[in-house]
Amino acid sequence: MPKVIRINMTDLSVRIDEAPEAWAGLGGRALTSTVVAAEVPPTCHPLGPNNKLVFAPGLLSGTAAGNAGRMSAGAKSPLTGTIKESNAGGTCGRMLGRLDIKAIIIEGQPASTETWYQIRISSEGAVIEPEAETVGMNNFAVLDSVARRYGEDKGVITIGSAGENLMLISNISTRDPEGKLRSFGRGGLGAVMGSKRVKFITIDQEGTRPVPLVDSAAFKAANMVFTKALKDHPVSGQGLPTYGTAVLVNILHEIGGLPTRNFTSGQCEHHDMISGEHMYDTIVARGGEPTHGCSLGCVIQCSQVYNDKDGKYLTSGFEYETIWAYGADCLIDNLDLIAECDNVMDDLGVDSIETPVMFGVAMEAGILKFGDGTEVLRMLREEIGKATPLGRILGAGTAMVGKTYGVARVPVVKGQAIPAYDPRSVKGIGVTYATTTQGADHTAGYAVATNVLNVGGKVDPLSNEGQVELSRNLQIATAAIDSTGLCLFIAFPALDIAECLPATVDMLNARFGTKLTMDDVVGLGKTVLKLEHEFNLAAGIGPEQDRLPEFFELEAIAPHNVKWDMEQKELETFWNF
Amino acid sequence: MLITVKLFATFRENRFKEARREYPPGTTVADVATELEIDHGLIGMIFIHGRAAELDRVLDEGDVLALFPLLGGG
Ligand code: SF4
Repeated sequence: MPKVIRINMTDLSVRIDEAPEAWAGLGGRALTSTVVAAEVPPTCHPLGPNNKLVFAPGLLSGTAAGNAGRMSAGAKSPLTGTIKESNAGGTCGRMLGRLDIKAIIIEGQPASTETWYQIRISSEGAVIEPEAETVGMNNFAVLDSVARRYGEDKGVITIGSAGENLMLISNISTRDPEGKLRSFGRGGLGAVMGSKRVKFITIDQEGTRPVPLVDSAAFKAANMVFTKALKDHPVSGQGLPTYGTAVLVNILHEIGGLPTRNFTSGQCEHHDMISGEHMYDTIVARGGEPTHGCSLGCVIQCSQVYNDKDGKYLTSGFEYETIWAYGADCLIDNLDLIAECDNVMDDLGVDSIETPVMFGVAMEAGILKFGDGTEVLRMLREEIGKATPLGRILGAGTAMVGKTYGVARVPVVKGQAIPAYDPRSVKGIGVTYATTTQGADHTAGYAVATNVLNVGGKVDPLSNEGQVELSRNLQIATAAIDSTGLCLFIAFPALDIAECLPATVDMLNARFGTKLTMDDVVGLGKTVLKLEHEFNLAAGIGPEQDRLPEFFELEAIAPHNVKWDMEQKELETFWNF
Repeated sequence: MLITVKLFATFRENRFKEARREYPPGTTVADVATELEIDHGLIGMIFIHGRAAELDRVLDEGDVLALFPLLGGG
């Protein structure tokens, strides 16, 4: 029977239950959001004893399904005040799948803040022990310490100094197959883990067997269809493996949707210096790896290993959003400096979208100069890393820096930084930013695909028409995909190749012996969105916050000279389903 | 007439990043792709002055034409 592990940090007890029948069809985001909605009082303080931090592998985690290596973390977010789900690759999702652990729920809070704890999970159960050695350490050092003490082969979930210091930009990191880091990036979840005084969690899959499949022949057959679709589609089969996500820099520049200099232009002069094409050439010239996976079993492999001039490892998982934010939004025209920032952010454990967008606002505020990557690095290490008073202000995120310094142009929704696509020139993604339950988040309903990339049809990015419906359909589908453990990039083939999505449903049925249909899966997506929405309403975050910041309505953006001009009434129709 | 052609990703291989090229009046996007030996089936995105266009679009003097294979990210 699948297990649920409850770790009570108030009395330091562990309880292991059989997963309730009602959770049988839930995994990943569907499960983290179900637990948070059912068990966390919506009005609680996110860093107080009533919040819970929930980890859940996806429904297909631990199986041989292609690209099924993602797992979810959920809680009430201290950054947005909303419900939050954040997912990451790494090795833990697969291990939890094999251990038949449906969820790890960390609840309560120690009365004293003096002691930190570690949690170790294995087929025997879970133990909580005081932790001293890694306290104050950043993530790479934590991984080294854990590997030395408990072995190289353990899954690790950890926070760096930013999470210990309860910063709103902090994330939760997890070990990837190569011993580097992947992150549950958004929403300040590192601070939630820090507030429970948990420094790290290890997962030991020793003694587990392959995940049982009710119909393994059917599973294999469906997985073949699925994997073939991933390989056949030009985006997942060629574009992503070759150029990674950074290929978007030139595309967004070209269509005038690349937010530049704290969202004051849609194009960036030095776009070629920070482009995916340039990154690819650099990686190849320096002996890095352009094609690389964040988790075992990834077929698409959008990740990469980026080396410095001397061929030494600089960073991996170097994403479009990070490159855009430092490169265009902060005007840093040097990819090596950006890679170094990426690595330092991984180490401190801070969100690689929130942090650089915050720096864009800090630059506008005059705290540092636009384009000054060296000063960004210093501030990351010396201010945020050491939690100085300035570091704490920066570490509180984009909205807080804007408030503290009186900046009116602050790109956030529900307190969370707006990512790499300007909503004035890509209006569909604007609908997603405004309406998602998560605070501004492009992955919640990636309308860029249909607005710009011609995947899943075409909807004119400069017109309001059809955008609400597009975003709604994508958000529903995304909520369902986020529940399976599958990486969201399977959506590219899924939107264009008819057999792709049914194959994932076939895999679910073959795994569990169920008779789910596509309608059931869509239904799951709808249910997840609605229960997240209800949580937010009860938390006091209502329709008046389902909107973009005012400056998007006031300032036209070059080159198309467009403003955000969607009626609030139209946006509110999003929830009509 | 003078057209600025920009190529991206794999389309740059053995071609160029950006070039100003002379074409006769009436030239379409498809004609430019054919002249550059780009398989029409591989073209994923066409933008003229940053706005989406189709293969049969007739170009005007001074147009900036960008051709991308099908790409994605997120
Ligand atoms: S496609 Fe990228 S994000 Fe998805 S599983 Fe593979 S490496 Fe990770």
